[in-house]
Amino acid sequence: MSAILPPSERIWWNQPVDKLELTWISIAFVWALVMFGMMIWWHAYGNQNLANETYRTTKEMFAAKAQAVVDKYTVRTETELQVPVVAPPPGSDIYLIARLWAWWPIFELEHGKTYTLHLSAMDYMHGFSLQPQNINIQVHPNYEHVIKITPNARGTYSIVCNEFCGIGHHTMAGRLYVK
Amino acid sequence: MAYQKDDVPVMQKWLDNPYLLVFLGITIPTVIYIVWGVMEIANIPIAH
Amino acid sequence: METTYRICPRSGLQFEDQAEKLMRFHAVCGVLSLLVGGIMALGVILTRWPAVHLLPADIFYLVLTAHGVDMLIFWIIFFEMAVLIFASSTLLRCRIATPKIAWFSSWLMVVGAIMTNIAIFQGESSVMFTSYVPMQAKWHFYLGLILFAVGALLICFVFLGTLVVAKAENTYEGSIPLVTFGALTACIIAIFTIAGGAIILVPTFFWSIGYIREIDTLMYRVIWWSLGHSSQQINVSAHVAIWYAIAAIVFGAKPMSEKVSRTAYFLYILFLQLASAHHILSDPGMSSEWKIVNTSYFMYFAVFASMIHGMTVPGAIEQAQRLKGYNKGLFEWLRKAPWGNPAFSAMFLSLVGFGFLGGITGVMMGAEQLNMLIHNTIYVPGHFHATVVVGTTLAFMGLTYFLVPALFKREVMFPGFAKIQPYLYGLAMYIVSLVMMGAGTLGVSRRHWDMAFAGAPMAYEWPGAAYLMMGLTGIFGVVAIVGGAGWILQIVLSIFFGKKLEGGEQRSIPQVLTLPPPTPGGAAHPPATPGTLVLALVFLTAFILYYFVNWKYLSSLWGLS
Repeated sequence: MSAILPPSERIWWNQPVDKLELTWISIAFVWALVMFGMMIWWHAYGNQNLANETYRTTKEMFAAKAQAVVDKYTVRTETELQVPVVAPPPGSDIYLIARLWAWWPIFELEHGKTYTLHLSAMDYMHGFSLQPQNINIQVHPNYEHVIKITPNARGTYSIVCNEFCGIGHHTMAGRLYVK
Repeated sequence: MAYQKDDVPVMQKWLDNPYLLVFLGITIPTVIYIVWGVMEIANIPIAH
Repeated sequence: METTYRICPRSGLQFEDQAEKLMRFHAVCGVLSLLVGGIMALGVILTRWPAVHLLPADIFYLVLTAHGVDMLIFWIIFFEMAVLIFASSTLLRCRIATPKIAWFSSWLMVVGAIMTNIAIFQGESSVMFTSYVPMQAKWHFYLGLILFAVGALLICFVFLGTLVVAKAENTYEGSIPLVTFGALTACIIAIFTIAGGAIILVPTFFWSIGYIREIDTLMYRVIWWSLGHSSQQINVSAHVAIWYAIAAIVFGAKPMSEKVSRTAYFLYILFLQLASAHHILSDPGMSSEWKIVNTSYFMYFAVFASMIHGMTVPGAIEQAQRLKGYNKGLFEWLRKAPWGNPAFSAMFLSLVGFGFLGGITGVMMGAEQLNMLIHNTIYVPGHFHATVVVGTTLAFMGLTYFLVPALFKREVMFPGFAKIQPYLYGLAMYIVSLVMMGAGTLGVSRRHWDMAFAGAPMAYEWPGAAYLMMGLTGIFGVVAIVGGAGWILQIVLSIFFGKKLEGGEQRSIPQVLTLPPPTPGGAAHPPATPGTLVLALVFLTAFILYYFVNWKYLSSLWGLS
């Protein structure tokens, strides 16, 4: 009969399955396992795994840590807003603040060196979107996300906010240098 | 009836049982997604 | 409760009076939501089209919120409630359980939908469909959603009750039809969805009126997505059921194997909802174990199931066509398909688009590490316009071409337009999805008023290709809206002014369907389906290539650990 009627064979479970259908089912099953394995394999052998290291924090505590790094390593300021450009030594912890509507401060990193980036938001959620690399990470208030980053190409990057954060969302873009 | 209830294979019996399906379809994602997820959030350490 | 039954002379289906009225009610409410959402779509698309950039920022975000809520929640869930009633009362040929509760719930849904829309249009609830805390909407934004959800939940119970009624009153023999089984899957996922929504929206509502001080953002996102994503999994189950239904109605196609198709649905019931984790892959705090198990639907079992449906639906059509004698070569069955019948063409475009554009990209972005490439970019709406619009909405449109004569007893007006409507709407939406995903691959943000960053102290300049893609999104978005508006106009005019058709015999007791006695030794061996297998292998090739191209892209990025 058809799909809108009850099965014509009462005991349909024992009906034989078509050979070509069975072929496809086997292929699909193998492909599903390959894709599952791929994510695990990448944890072992890939270089781009988003760290899950996270702490509960407060806005004040995170802002204070960010300020300390800025105070220590600022080399100049940029734009009329005097945004500090911070050049911390390789291997150090750097704190990037997301707030309405700016990324603060600007970092100047060295190519091929690893830094520990801490991300948190001061108000709403924001979206860390590094362009033109296209690395996108959700940023929460009251959570401190800790990620080791190793820039592999020199240049001037932008950090765009890609989580809707209110009327000035489209003005929220920051900068990052890799020397 | 042309068939006996006992002839029905167990998997068909399961698939013919909406209560069982509702139970499984609610429980499995609740445990694997929500409960496990909430436990992970609750276990996030505090920054110092 | 006294009721009557009507046998539709065109489809042979039996409609119970209350069920029929409820179906019409929900179909109409759905189409009205689609209308509002569609007008909003025009505002969204004309603003994101860089050369037009129509609306100011505040209006844009308002319109985008309305577009998301009206389309992703109200349109599809109203229509799905009609599908649930159809799959239970109509296909099982029985009365609907507790019609009074069903009507109460339906009105609750309407009140909820109106309340949320009022909140949005008052302008202080432009928080997007996702309403992430701590951005706050007005209290009636949340309350409307809660009322709507409670109404939908009650109708899910009416659906389950109707299954019980049919069983108790022996209105069918053996197992429920496959389409009803698909609707049951949708219903189960809907219950989970709504429960998840309640867990998070009820406290959020109390937060909005000041009874709760704070909602944890990560908790909100994790639990909210068990609503946000699973609600789209209701669609998948529902539109796959509609594919089977249209194959059955248009071709008289029989499922290739009840066992295989039902097992595939069973995998949906068990694992499809886990994919809510797709949205949390680039979030802090969740372990990779949780991410991998959930994002992969516990080892890609639901993708596996979708790949099965993707083969068995066209396979069933191929078998039916070959039995009719379209046996030449691999593809005569497909060439000779009724491409001018909008129910079929909509269904087939939905199937192909859902698989190639929605399915492949969904799995790609659902891989834990690959998600970083597209998280919150316009790739995401590109993907879900391929799943929810091409997949679900187009399938619903196709079914409506069948429902207007069967349910509303009117002939569809403008048959010439009906012939091309699925192509106009569907193919334009294919392109919209593709170019949005193209722009997203270049990094363009979703939910973003101005890609030129007007007024930003440190603007970023997107590559020219990104502007080109967004321009194409605008152009083909407008074409799709024309196709969608044409459909709404056509259906509404047909319902009111179409040629009246004969309603058919009214009865006071349902006519029970009896099946022919089973043939000894099973049914005759159905023809093989080599054409479908070839199509499936083409699909698999595209899938594998696209999947690994993205891993290659990922491997070129900065090291992250």
